[in-house]
Amino acid sequence: MPLEIESNTPVIDESGRSVDRLVVNIGPSHPSTHGVCRIIATLDGETVIKAEPVIGYLHRGIEKMAENRTYLQVVPLTDRLDYVGSMYANWAYCRAVERLASITVPERAEYIRVIVCELQRIASHMMGVGASGADTGAATAFIWAFEVRERIVDLFEQLCGARLTYNYVRPGGVSADLPDGWIEKCREVVRWAPDRLRELDALFFGNMIAAGRMKGIGVLSEADAIAWGATGPVARASGVLFDLRKNDPYSVYPRLDFRVPVGDNGDCFDRGRIKLMEAIESCHIVEQALEQIEPGPVSAEGLPRLIRPRAGDAYDHIESARGSLGVYLVSDGGPRPYRMKVRSPAFCNLQLLGKLAIGHTVSDLIVILGSLDPVFGEVDR
Amino acid sequence: MSAREGESNLEYLQRKLCGVYPDLCPMFSIEFADCVLAVPRTVLHGAAENLKALGFERFGFVTAVDRGEDFELVYRLQSSRFGAGIFLKTEIARDEAAIETMTDLWPAADWQEREVFDLFGIDFIGHPDMRRILLADDWIGHPLRKDYQDDSVIPRPDYI
Repeated sequence: MPLEIESNTPVIDESGRSVDRLVVNIGPSHPSTHGVCRIIATLDGETVIKAEPVIGYLHRGIEKMAENRTYLQVVPLTDRLDYVGSMYANWAYCRAVERLASITVPERAEYIRVIVCELQRIASHMMGVGASGADTGAATAFIWAFEVRERIVDLFEQLCGARLTYNYVRPGGVSADLPDGWIEKCREVVRWAPDRLRELDALFFGNMIAAGRMKGIGVLSEADAIAWGATGPVARASGVLFDLRKNDPYSVYPRLDFRVPVGDNGDCFDRGRIKLMEAIESCHIVEQALEQIEPGPVSAEGLPRLIRPRAGDAYDHIESARGSLGVYLVSDGGPRPYRMKVRSPAFCNLQLLGKLAIGHTVSDLIVILGSLDPVFGEVDR
Repeated sequence: MSAREGESNLEYLQRKLCGVYPDLCPMFSIEFADCVLAVPRTVLHGAAENLKALGFERFGFVTAVDRGEDFELVYRLQSSRFGAGIFLKTEIARDEAAIETMTDLWPAADWQEREVFDLFGIDFIGHPDMRRILLADDWIGHPLRKDYQDDSVIPRPDYI
């Protein structure tokens, strides 16, 4: 790829001061970039005056590949979008297919989907919080967060055999019913986790060094969050009360009692801590869903192996750990999608990096990137 | 201003939209429980501006669909006031693949429009930074066009 990098010769600004600009290339493969992302940072001393994320290193053309596969064969591809939260992409895609083909999902399957997706939210947020810890030099927080994540991943492994790419939510329901004794194991985890998460809150967000690294850094205003299309914890940390589980309720969420945490400052600290608060709230949601779930079928009856929806287009979206994740499907009446578009929240949120980083130091740039919690499988698709 | 009794969000939105912009009313339809506003390309930007003023404060996404002779552009706007989203659609000719940018209304459209440019080759007039985003700068062609050909494309056997 041809590179156009500004020259590194000193520039004199209007006040006659020598501005010693330096262009630094961070990444594409660097532990602090949370995946393969390159940041071209223009620095004045230690201060960032321009930061431009360069993405696309993980572009596999999933939208193009989907046009060549049947509706059922696309599900494993969606696993590879947000690989820290595969259940969400599975679910968003399946909802779009169900809307397009008018498939009714049995109630038990809806409950199972809510349970696995809320567990996924905890697991995904633990990755986000842990990575913020690693970015600020608090490796302990990373290990503590991963203890919780690990127990949830174990639950998923018992459920579908996979620890990362689940392929569990399928059009019409889920691939298999809960195994014997799974509900008890799950209940044990969601009863144990909130105390652990509060401990992690005190350990990491209560630590003045961590707070000093994150408070007042990368402030995003409420108006900017809306204008720049931010969703999920990034928007809510700025005080935007927008959560599709409440604003456009889907599945069985209206039957569950939960609140949506909202931050006041919109800085890195709020963006990190709000994830922890959401994870605690998710434990309560799972506990309620485990109480309410009834025996029954887990997949729609009479579903053909080859789904041929009528010609048309449909869109559906869910609240993933990163924000509004939507899938837009166009059908021409054939057995394969004519066009699939994934509205990726990580892609939209990452746009903000160049805006938020200006005026902060290089070390803060890394913390800001971590607080936006991008997963590059979903950014690049 | 609120929904009447027994009226769904979408019906309320339609009534509201027709009241404020009577000329947009015939272009309005409800498909798969989503409202769609299909407009000619000349009024697209104006319609988007009207919708923003009406309470569609969020830019969801923009994408294109290759329809052979034409490209269909699909915009998704989201409103917390109506608790609903809306599709704004328009068609542009394949050999004149260009449309006005939405970045002046929503900065969020920036990367989204670059993605459509990258994968479909549709130019967004007035976009501040129109270049490829996902593919390499020296890539030839636009992969999501149906007529895209590439040495690495392996035809998949039709076993259905």
